Amino acid sequence: MTETTPLLEMRNVSRVFGRGENALRAVDDVSCTIGRREVVTIVGESGSGKTTLARLILRLLDPTSGSIMLDGRDIAGIKGKDLRAYWREVQAVFQDPFSSFNQFFTVRRLLRRSATLRGGNANSEKEMIDALQHVGMDGAEVLEKWPHQLSGGQRQRVMIARALMLRPRILVADEATSMLDASLRVNILNVLSDLRENYDLTILFITHDIGQACYVSDRVLVMRNGQLVESGPTEQVIFSPQHEYTQKLLADVPRLHEGLLD
Amino acid sequence: MTQTIGTQQLLHAQGLRAAYVGGREPVMACDDVSVNVFDGEVVGIAGESGCGKSTLAAVLSLTARSPLQVVGGVLEIGGKRIDLEGGEPPPRAWRGKIVSLLPQGAMNSISPTLRVRDLVFDVIRAHEPKVKRAEALDRARQRLVALDLPPRVLDQYPHQLSGGMKQRVVTVISTLLDPTLLIADEPTSALDVSSQKMLIEMLQRLVQEKIIGGVIFVTHDLPVLRSIADRIAIMYAGRIVEVSDTEELIDRPRHPYSGALLRSVLVPEPHIRTRRVPGIPGSPPSLSDPPKGCRFHPRCGYAMDICKTDEPPHVGDNERFSACWWTQRNPGKAVEV
Repeated sequence: MTETTPLLEMRNVSRVFGRGENALRAVDDVSCTIGRREVVTIVGESGSGKTTLARLILRLLDPTSGSIMLDGRDIAGIKGKDLRAYWREVQAVFQDPFSSFNQFFTVRRLLRRSATLRGGNANSEKEMIDALQHVGMDGAEVLEKWPHQLSGGQRQRVMIARALMLRPRILVADEATSMLDASLRVNILNVLSDLRENYDLTILFITHDIGQACYVSDRVLVMRNGQLVESGPTEQVIFSPQHEYTQKLLADVPRLHEGLLD
Repeated sequence: MTQTIGTQQLLHAQGLRAAYVGGREPVMACDDVSVNVFDGEVVGIAGESGCGKSTLAAVLSLTARSPLQVVGGVLEIGGKRIDLEGGEPPPRAWRGKIVSLLPQGAMNSISPTLRVRDLVFDVIRAHEPKVKRAEALDRARQRLVALDLPPRVLDQYPHQLSGGMKQRVVTVISTLLDPTLLIADEPTSALDVSSQKMLIEMLQRLVQEKIIGGVIFVTHDLPVLRSIADRIAIMYAGRIVEVSDTEELIDRPRHPYSGALLRSVLVPEPHIRTRRVPGIPGSPPSLSDPPKGCRFHPRCGYAMDICKTDEPPHVGDNERFSACWWTQRNPGKAVEV
């Protein structure tokens, strides 16, 4: 994080759904920066605007006001070729590993489509195998599989491999581990932190699970009702929270070695 | 925990076996499982996806439906005994009154076109055909007030309730008839932490005030069980591998799988940030063709030769045991967490 311009910067970003009386400020005047090779986690309860923020960063939604900048360049309004170039730099893995697959495509076909998007060529086969190996899978074998032959954890790893094939600079993981078992979840989180080291990747991780945030992130942002209520280094936010809401959220998390209701 | 546990046995389930049929081979998702619950006790059942915990919940709550078939076992609930092997259907009146199921997706448990009060009336009328509508709703209203929930929810449609409130309303409805035993199948999994806490507090009150006799709480979330269960049973590949008192199981697990499961739990405690959590290598076995010997041996760091060939012994009694060769050879020792 020695660079002067942060990799991704949000300035007073808002997104309003509906209008008039029914207007809902899903993201309300959020400003923050994400530095290169950082793992930043956004936590908050259901409906706090975490996913809307992710969709704004992915340019799947446009902000109502404010600007989002990658390398100091505003991404609002970019179209066509530029937008496709942006999507190569910013990739996402979503929550549900069961609905993000086309049931009629093998893993090979799924990954080849990503390779083509990057302008893939004869090397794409090797690249696909490499990407799968990076997420801890046996590349050659998995390529032949159909989605129904893979477990939830395996599917999610294929999705991460797919995102990696585009060599993104930022990976947005929106609740990517929420539907997985605890043991698999740890594996995926380990894969993500290794990628940061090996791929020079910046990760924006979105979760409602404070335990996971605590495990992977360098910095934590806490959202509530669309607003950023607290942000800072993980140790500081989780072990000595300043904002009343963060304190309440943390008090409700069940612990393993101290009772929730004791 | 705060409530007192009686000596009277509420549930005694022996040798439950249930399989999913219809494929090439039946999948035995619940293989020789025995559970006991005492009066006033909350027993937690934990394990990974596909370990058979929801199947067990379906069998215990008498809601097993094709393709799931109960092929063996004896169930004794509140002094009433039923032999599941004969294939005779359990008495319908048991459901809701003797055992009641609190399902996972509260969103899908209430019809979106009915107000909550219509469901409440249906539930009570199914057991007491002559009940008056006003009387049934009065009872529900009293119960809601007693549990500090707003009685206006009776007049609302499901979409007007938040996820946490919906799950609490479904809990109230499934305990309206004061069931002897409540089977809660992942009731907290879809909720955020604050709603989770409220639901857990509510279940504890229901037990303390003796509205329900006991609870079987099925979840994959060990920290949640830590805050509600008196005993925890760990399931793996269709079998219970360890049962122990909550504190004992979490602080001193004796089965290697319990240890591995506990190691992969991520909680916001300082030690989590300082080390790399390993997870469990490999994946759970297929239940249509489980490994020989101990079903956990291919993934187990403690595996010995005997584990590959012989089924592990149960070390301990019915209420507290570990089914493991390592436990037998290292009496009194705990696995590494």
